[in-house]
Amino acid sequence: MFLSMNWISDFVDFSGLDKLELIRRFSLSTAEVENEIFFKGADLSGVVVAEIKSVENHPDSKKLHLLKVDAGGDELIDVVCGAPNVRVGMKTAFAKVGAKLGEITIAPRELAGFTSFGMCCGEAEIGISDDNSGIMEITDDVPNGTDLKEIYQIDDIVFEVDNKSLTNRPDLWGHYGIAREFAALTGRPLKPLDTADLDAYSELQKLDMKIEDPLCQRYSCLAVENITRSVSPVNMRIRLYYCGMRAINFLADLTNYLMLEMGQPMHAFDSRKVGAIRIKRFDEPFKFKTLDGVERNIDENTLMICNGDTPVAIAGIMGGLDSEIVEDTTTLTLESATFDAASIRKSTVRLAHRTDASMRYEKSLDPEMTVPAIARFLFLLSKYDGGVRVVSSLTDEYAFKYDVVELRFDKAFVDRYTGIEIDNDTIINTLTGLGFKASVSDDTFDVVVPSWRATKDVTMKADIIEEITRIYGYDNFAVNTTRSPLYPVRAEVVKSNEDKIKDILVKRFGLHEVHSYVWAYYDEQKALGIPVEDNIKLANATNPNIETIRRSMIPTQLCQVKTNTGYAPDFGIFEVGRVVTGMDENNLCVEKKNLAITLFSKTKSVREIYFELRDMLAVIADDLKHKPLDFAPAAAEHAYEHPVNLNTVILDGNEIGKIGIVHPTVGKKIDKKAAIVFAEIDMQAFAQVQNASIVYEEPSKYPPMDYDISVIVPSGVFYKDLRECWKNEGRGILRKTGIVDTYDTEHFHSITIRFEFSSNERTLSSAEVQEIMDKVISNLKSIKVEMRGNGER
Amino acid sequence: MDNKIDILREEIKQRLSEVTDLSQLDSLRVAYLGKKGSVTALLKSMKELSNEEKKQFGAEVNKLKAEAAKRVEEKVAELNALAIEAEINSMPRFDITTPADLTRGSYHPITLVSRQCESIFRSMGFTVEDYPEVVTDYECFESVNIPKHHPARDMQDTYYLENGQLLKSQTSAAQNAILKKYGAALKENGVPIKAIFPGRCFRNEATDASHENTFFQMEGMMVDKDISISNLIYFMKTMLSEVFQRDVKVRLRPGFFPFVEPGFELDINCEICGGKGCSSCKHSGWLELCPCGMIHPNVLREGGIDPDEYTGFAFGLGLTRLAMMKYKVKDIRDLNSGNLKSLDQFTDDDE
Repeated sequence: MFLSMNWISDFVDFSGLDKLELIRRFSLSTAEVENEIFFKGADLSGVVVAEIKSVENHPDSKKLHLLKVDAGGDELIDVVCGAPNVRVGMKTAFAKVGAKLGEITIAPRELAGFTSFGMCCGEAEIGISDDNSGIMEITDDVPNGTDLKEIYQIDDIVFEVDNKSLTNRPDLWGHYGIAREFAALTGRPLKPLDTADLDAYSELQKLDMKIEDPLCQRYSCLAVENITRSVSPVNMRIRLYYCGMRAINFLADLTNYLMLEMGQPMHAFDSRKVGAIRIKRFDEPFKFKTLDGVERNIDENTLMICNGDTPVAIAGIMGGLDSEIVEDTTTLTLESATFDAASIRKSTVRLAHRTDASMRYEKSLDPEMTVPAIARFLFLLSKYDGGVRVVSSLTDEYAFKYDVVELRFDKAFVDRYTGIEIDNDTIINTLTGLGFKASVSDDTFDVVVPSWRATKDVTMKADIIEEITRIYGYDNFAVNTTRSPLYPVRAEVVKSNEDKIKDILVKRFGLHEVHSYVWAYYDEQKALGIPVEDNIKLANATNPNIETIRRSMIPTQLCQVKTNTGYAPDFGIFEVGRVVTGMDENNLCVEKKNLAITLFSKTKSVREIYFELRDMLAVIADDLKHKPLDFAPAAAEHAYEHPVNLNTVILDGNEIGKIGIVHPTVGKKIDKKAAIVFAEIDMQAFAQVQNASIVYEEPSKYPPMDYDISVIVPSGVFYKDLRECWKNEGRGILRKTGIVDTYDTEHFHSITIRFEFSSNERTLSSAEVQEIMDKVISNLKSIKVEMRGNGER
Repeated sequence: MDNKIDILREEIKQRLSEVTDLSQLDSLRVAYLGKKGSVTALLKSMKELSNEEKKQFGAEVNKLKAEAAKRVEEKVAELNALAIEAEINSMPRFDITTPADLTRGSYHPITLVSRQCESIFRSMGFTVEDYPEVVTDYECFESVNIPKHHPARDMQDTYYLENGQLLKSQTSAAQNAILKKYGAALKENGVPIKAIFPGRCFRNEATDASHENTFFQMEGMMVDKDISISNLIYFMKTMLSEVFQRDVKVRLRPGFFPFVEPGFELDINCEICGGKGCSSCKHSGWLELCPCGMIHPNVLREGGIDPDEYTGFAFGLGLTRLAMMKYKVKDIRDLNSGNLKSLDQFTDDDE
């Protein structure tokens, strides 16, 4: 919304004050002012009122005329002019030699063989409207040679307030409300609005009007006739133009002017079309043509202004074409009303049509304003068009009244909220300046909220704090830390696990952390042959590509791997992100926080990177929980899973995720030659596993003894089966086992296992070690694991 | 006899001078000083001599023996020194100025910025919370004072799910749960609620270089007796000064957010121009950074906290915005692209 400092100055005396500084304070105390401030008229000088004394056609040009104008000097001035509307006796705006219009400085100029000593100007050239159809017509009775700026408010400072920052302030949608803020900020009085006395017409007949729907809060109207003026006064037109509106005709301009001044939208009907005003909704949908000529679909929820049963306007949004003021209108009915804000907002959304009026109604306008708005309207109407007659009494139905908001609070409340000392006088003066009734006794304040703030904005004590502090100025606040007692802060396990896992993957394994979207990537997955699995969908997605929430992060990561195949021959990515795996018994989403890792390699075998990935998970489990991982074969369920080597990852007996190889069909679409493996871990399940504490073992002072055996492992037997063979045989001296060599031929798979024995009490004897090993070897034999050769390595 | 000793002495001296490595030296040592060596043989040849002669000759031989042993020792040292020198001379001069191999992993820039903020707040006694992305209407709106049909729901176009749940449009969706989680400790033991919550948010809007439908915010809140606007300014200023590693000037303006009253827009003085005005701050010298305010009494009440007894502040910091400002990322879409050419640059940041 654009605001004119001239207009605001009608209501507050700014003399002696820096207006730019005031605007800055307004921005810090009330609502955000856009950075660009417009200095209207600053680049205009030397333009005066001049009368055209003679008009001659140019001998060689059809468009040009040769004029003699009286610009108040001793002699008439020769001017060459191309405007079509020149005529003798017309007064216009004249830029004398030396005048400045923006970048242009007027100088004597040759035009088709004649010299022009100045320029007659159109309104667009002066910057007071967008009318460039001809030169300006000045009808006001002013002497020739008068500087235009002396008679018209061309010089002005205009600033723009972001509409969004006024969402909660219905009172700031007009200059008068803005002026009230400036009054409070400067401590100067706010002048009352000049209004007509409506009581003078109370003897006249009332209009036939009835509110038939609770969505209309108040409806006030008045009929007037004999409006003869058609063009608005120049100053009014300038203000409208500076505030972003076009002048149309006097009546339309005046309703707009009033809306910009008081924030109250008004509408004028042709009285012939509104003999019986009814405000109501219709049971059936229908079509309705608004005054912009557009036919709109009206449904049963949209409040309408009607003449009897005939709709004439969409309440609070726009009038109808058929009830508009036309040339032969003699009597018009002025509407000034308030409606339910939510209803207007919803209608606006349904109609996809937002107007200056509806924008204001959506904010919950003050119903107390409807009658003063009519009184102000009538005052201005009569001021500029003396012959106007009022032909009805004020007709007003006030169906919904807001409660008067009265608040009581004490000084301690203010002190506690602000943390600084603001004295009682400052509090009272601030609130009074903003139109609140405020009194204090014994540090207890009693405040009555003015009607224009009580529709939704100020309803409780905390709202008063805002009023006091914003006018006080946040720049003036002392900045203090708190005095709260200290308590230990415990880290959230999921969060600290997540942080450590990221460190391990980045620092030790060189993976790259990525982010992705929570929905399945239709197009990208389709290209890889990974169908989007059915899952809960967004109800209002604008793009089908982002409709379904993902069940797993692996398809997402494969899509991201695809985009990175040219990045490096080997890389790994990971993310801690979210998936929805289904719905619970209350039809709520089961959301999981998962860790997903994908490794890609063109230089290593799939076996190598599969084990790299396995080791990453094992290191994570060992670092964070000091517990070993276990694995169990899983059946492939998804298009991207290779059926072989898919395993459930088990920690402490809990399934926490999956590790696997990418299905070759999908893999080949990503890269024909690369090996790709993935893992996905449920972070909550992982976090829930208790971490084992570190049990320190004193290093032995006695010599250790190693014992290696090479065994042939038949297919179907896993190392964890082997481990069972010595798990209970160690007798407290088997400290460690591990694979030191593997040897594969076409016929068998062989490994060499090293057993490390040591004791903290004594030097071990070969016999006792041999005894253990004999038992281990016999256990191994029982599961068909035979020694290779004669115990040779 | 003396002659023999002198000959042998000369011979040893001669032979030793010819030795070039340790193994030659060792065989020489054995040849002269070993049990069957020439020097030992001299002693054995003493049998025929008289006692007086034996005594004299023996002393001479022992002298020779000691002399020879010393010569061998010296030779060993000489050869060792030569070997070390040879090793030193054989060491090539490496080109340490070749490019280092910096191959390693990387963090997402949001992680780096978030961690930085987390550590600042942890150091001031705040907990770091975790919260889902799919939330209910109650969590995201109702519980934070945004009733149905409130215009604030218009301001943020929310992604709704088929079951009526939604993807949280703001981290404020966690406020109610945080109040309930720590409310008992506040009321029973006077432990102030101090929590931050970094999380992903979603808005149903078209994406371009500066708009994303998926982005990160960090919510922060503190509730205790007598928490004031003055405290809020302190915490915001302190946190932002830490984040930007400079004495940040902050400015509050009234801002309308349903979950706070009073609500503020917080600006910081523009880092790029130092507040003089430049294109980044639209020539105002200030950058709008973070909505904040005193927690609305309805929000406290809904979280089970009596607003007459307790007050608090809350803020919502745009982590994505912060990361973009900090690392001068121009296109917001790079962050969710998974493109390693962009992302692998964020190896770590220890600010």
